[in-house]
Amino acid sequence: MSELAHGADGPIPAAEVPEMELPHPHGWWTTYVFSQDAKVIGIQYSLTALAIGMVALVLSWLMRLQLGFPGTFSFIDPQAYYQFITMHGMIMVVYLLTALFLGGFGNYLIPLMLGARDMVFPFVNMLSYWIYLLAVLVLVASFFVPGGPTGAGWTLYPPQAILTGTPGRDWGIVLMLVSLCLFIAGFTMGGLNYVVTVLQARTRGMTLMRMPLTIWGILTATVMALLAFPALFVGAVMLLLDRVLGTSFFMPTLVEMGQQLRYGGGSPILFQHLFWFFGHPEVYIVALPAFGIVSDLISTHARRNIFGYRMMVWAIVVIGALSFVVWAHHMYVSGMHPWFGFFFATTTLIIAIPTAIKVYNWLLTLWHGNIHLNVPMLFALGFIVTFVNGGLTGLFLGNVVVDVPLSDTMFVVAHFHMVMGVAPVMVIFGGMYHWYPKVTGRMLDSAMGKVHFWVTFLGAYAIFFPMHYLGLLGVPRRYYEIGETSFVPASAHDLNAFISVVALVVGAAQMLFLFNLIWSLWHGKDAGPNPWRATTLEWQTPETPPGHGNWGRELPVVYRWAYDYAVPGVEQDFVPQNQPLPPRAQVAKGDATP
Amino acid sequence: MIVALIFVLVAVGSVVFHLLSPWWWTPIASNWTYIDATITMTFWITGGVFVAVVLFLAYCVFRFRAVPGGRATYEPENKRLEVWLTVATALGVAAMLAPGLFVWSRYISVPAHATEIEVVGQQWRWSYRLPGPDGRLGAVETRLIGPDNPLGLVPGDAAGQDDIIIEAEDLHLPIGRPVKVLLRSIDVLHDFYVPEFRAKMDMVPGSVTYFWFTPTRTGTFDVLCAELCGSGHSMMRSRVMVQTAADYQAWLEGQRSFAQLANRK
Ligand code: HEM
Ligand SMILES: [Cu+2]
Ligand SMILES: [Cu+2]
Repeated sequence: MSELAHGADGPIPAAEVPEMELPHPHGWWTTYVFSQDAKVIGIQYSLTALAIGMVALVLSWLMRLQLGFPGTFSFIDPQAYYQFITMHGMIMVVYLLTALFLGGFGNYLIPLMLGARDMVFPFVNMLSYWIYLLAVLVLVASFFVPGGPTGAGWTLYPPQAILTGTPGRDWGIVLMLVSLCLFIAGFTMGGLNYVVTVLQARTRGMTLMRMPLTIWGILTATVMALLAFPALFVGAVMLLLDRVLGTSFFMPTLVEMGQQLRYGGGSPILFQHLFWFFGHPEVYIVALPAFGIVSDLISTHARRNIFGYRMMVWAIVVIGALSFVVWAHHMYVSGMHPWFGFFFATTTLIIAIPTAIKVYNWLLTLWHGNIHLNVPMLFALGFIVTFVNGGLTGLFLGNVVVDVPLSDTMFVVAHFHMVMGVAPVMVIFGGMYHWYPKVTGRMLDSAMGKVHFWVTFLGAYAIFFPMHYLGLLGVPRRYYEIGETSFVPASAHDLNAFISVVALVVGAAQMLFLFNLIWSLWHGKDAGPNPWRATTLEWQTPETPPGHGNWGRELPVVYRWAYDYAVPGVEQDFVPQNQPLPPRAQVAKGDATP
Repeated sequence: MIVALIFVLVAVGSVVFHLLSPWWWTPIASNWTYIDATITMTFWITGGVFVAVVLFLAYCVFRFRAVPGGRATYEPENKRLEVWLTVATALGVAAMLAPGLFVWSRYISVPAHATEIEVVGQQWRWSYRLPGPDGRLGAVETRLIGPDNPLGLVPGDAAGQDDIIIEAEDLHLPIGRPVKVLLRSIDVLHDFYVPEFRAKMDMVPGSVTYFWFTPTRTGTFDVLCAELCGSGHSMMRSRVMVQTAADYQAWLEGQRSFAQLANRK
């Protein structure tokens, strides 16, 4: 057997993790609202993210109504359409996915999976949530100010973002930038917390190489976010200054609608570099936690050890590092120096290698597994299909010259929705079906879950797969309407209508999921402590849902990696991380539980 | 088993869709057939991988589904398999990257004898400028732009006097002659996009960007803007007519130069 399996029973360090002083809540407000318990904060993050995500979902319906049936809905004029696109994109990427993976799953799972009592800085952690909430509220406020939210596209490119030809130029853009700055401040507080907790508060025996991949994904993503968000922060501040004080960081001499403006000397491309220096890592900030979580879902529900754990960890870390040197693949046609194309195309395609390794290892985990098609597993499979699809079209867009005709077309929209829209959302759903029993003590209804999965997976595929072909045809993205052209055949309009109808159906399926979340709180089957018979620590808590401080009197001690499923010679098909040795071997060695 | 079958259908359905799709790129009208060839090749490689992955997934779901008394095999690692897969992937990636970079080097090396023309974008219309008999475009400055100098030519520059200015009309190009398209914007980002030419590039206020191509087919082609530029973005249209040398010459005679336009005022 391999080295890893031997390592699994390695020695336990003697040093005790010092017991942590937990802030003790007094009364309802500090228990449920201003709570410093990471589990409550995680739930608060998740609910807030889902709520604002609903707004983004509704906006996507409105856009699809316009694209599928142009001119039918008179309240969707070009201004409104561009506002919908912008808010939809920004909410989905930042306020939903980033917040849900790191703030939601991160807060709930990091202490539990590592055998800690809580995050190391509980107060800062609480602050992080409230600042996030404030950021969301500022963002939402922009729907109600004169002129409405900004319509600059989620990339917020200047000069357009702050000139009058773009809707929301008065208030919307200011609120957007302020909200982003708040979000980043809040995230930085949470993020530092996650990193220090992972590095400092692991329980005895939880070596780095025994951590579940979920934690590796979240840890790496958090480190990346801490490095990437500052670029967006300075970009946002400078753009705000350009807008409010009339500085010219990003504004060259320009003439707007026949009027010479007072700007001069700035560089619009500089903003693009700052934006994508954040924006590309952002894709992986969303993807890496998804990679980690999906690995754990697959292993647990296939009852098989994750294949190639060490490769998986290295792949996560390497992807994280490389993703800081590929940002300008979003700028192949931006007018930057053409020689950059060689460099960024090469780095971009190199990232495909560790990414492919991850896909192989998921497949090889299924191979010779004992696959239970529970709802979380279905979502994990849906993730593999959509992620591979979107990853492969990334090889088109990353390969600089191929990107030239395809950039800024619907091909790009299809690509990024597959890879960073649908795929991570699959993991979020899978993760929710998987951990809901721990969070609430009840199972989500699996019949509703299966309907939810099939409609969402097949529907999303039917929306975004054909969309690539609209892009090949040459239909540009961010078009209010394609109108009259010589190259778009009438049949493409039928395709657009089809996509819109499917989008409405997929949206409706999400209502079923929300209903399930609420319904199962009372009517779900009783889950018990470990319904999936999983190995990781969060399933071994003395209470379900875990109580304040997670572990009762004593912290768990970890003896093995997180993937001891179907260990030869052990009758039960899983061995929890805190179980000293397989029962038989234990007798032989006479080892006692501490 | 149904789940495995559905995944097979997703893979097969995608291939069938690809083969039968009436939506495919518009016939090319420039020299960039290389780009199309690279895309086609990328389609084959990635399509093969996609189908293989999804079919393998479906196979696993079918073959290794949970059965009473079933049990997985314990195998944490398999170095040989992992190395083998990594190398194969690296080769596949290199097979796509190499031609891609080769074509890119063509894309960015403009032939010495290419004619320079200029496209100017502004919210939300296109203007064009062609060099006059001297074959050179005169200097421009954004701050000189005004009602009687819409493109901001420097009045004192001799090279600019014979430049042909085309406002609110179609651009005409002769077939078979390479053109270097200089791109300029006077307000926000735009992107000069003609699907049939395949080539495109953003226009950035404050700098001049470019791309080159050779028109290879006569006809009239739509010009669209491919970079969000405000609420008129999707309405920012124009057309390019690619003509035979004789037709082009005839059209050119009817156009007015910067000096002629200035004198009329
Ligand atoms: C069924 C679900 C969804 C539908 C129907 C949908 C639909 C759309 C549509 C119609 C656009 C405008 C495309 C264009 O013309 O440029 C768009 C843009 C976008 N969507 Fe989605 N979307 C969905 C889910 C998501 C998710 C989960 C994400 C998360 C990453 C996402 C991120 C974006 C982004 C970043 C943009 C670009 C915004 C921009 O161009 O500024 N979408 N979406
Ligand atoms: Cu990127
Ligand atoms: Cu535009």
